[in-house]
Amino acid sequence: MSRSRGAARQASDAVPLFTALADATRLGLLRRLAVDGPLSITRLSEGTGVTRQAVTKHLNTLGNVGLVRHARRGRERVWELERKRLEKARVYLDQIAAQWDAAAARLKAFVEDR
Amino acid sequence: MSTDRIEKRVVLRAPRSRVWRAISDAKEFGTWFRITLDGAFVAGKTVRGSHGSFKVEFRVERIEPERYFSYRWHPYPDPAKDYSGEPMTLVEFTLEEAEGGGTLLTIVESGFDRIPLARRVEAFRMNTEGWIGQIKNLERYVS
Repeated sequence: MSRSRGAARQASDAVPLFTALADATRLGLLRRLAVDGPLSITRLSEGTGVTRQAVTKHLNTLGNVGLVRHARRGRERVWELERKRLEKARVYLDQIAAQWDAAAARLKAFVEDR
Repeated sequence: MSTDRIEKRVVLRAPRSRVWRAISDAKEFGTWFRITLDGAFVAGKTVRGSHGSFKVEFRVERIEPERYFSYRWHPYPDPAKDYSGEPMTLVEFTLEEAEGGGTLLTIVESGFDRIPLARRVEAFRMNTEGWIGQIKNLERYVS
């Protein structure tokens, strides 16, 4: 029972993470950081057609759920990925796996009945 | 841990023929899966299923009596979206004799790596409440 509650808690904890991911611009920023990171806001804004202010806002959204963090590099502030947190996107698979657990349990009850 | 596939193994205390019927007979499948299907499972055919506003299509791949059943689908489709042309996942049920009697059922769903991240996000968002509901059902059932 406590395990189920843990799973529910884990699911609700994942909602802000996935909400933060559900945006094309933010996914684009994550991809850039994954490939070229760490990068400054100036670099991240280049060629995106998005203003620095907007990029900052998106980075803060990603930062609030722990997907990215900023650090100082010399006099510059750079942003980098929190890879560990990003791996939690596996929550999607865990969730589908839990659905299969539930379906298999129902099948078991169905065929073992009497 | 693979990000492409989910595998579940469960021993059912029932003969293989019984388990096979529960999986391959669309009506029986619908009972435990909790979905209403509009036709029988036939290899190469598409069967439509619904449960309230949740709608899904099963594209039946292969049927080997009492041994193997597979279909493709779009995991957690949003009814408002068109998925034609998007990759589907493959769901496979494999039945074997379990040691000490009964049936060993293996369920594998694979092909998630080809599903775009944005779609995963969408599927997740759509399904969160349903999942929490399932856990609550289960808690009620076991307590």
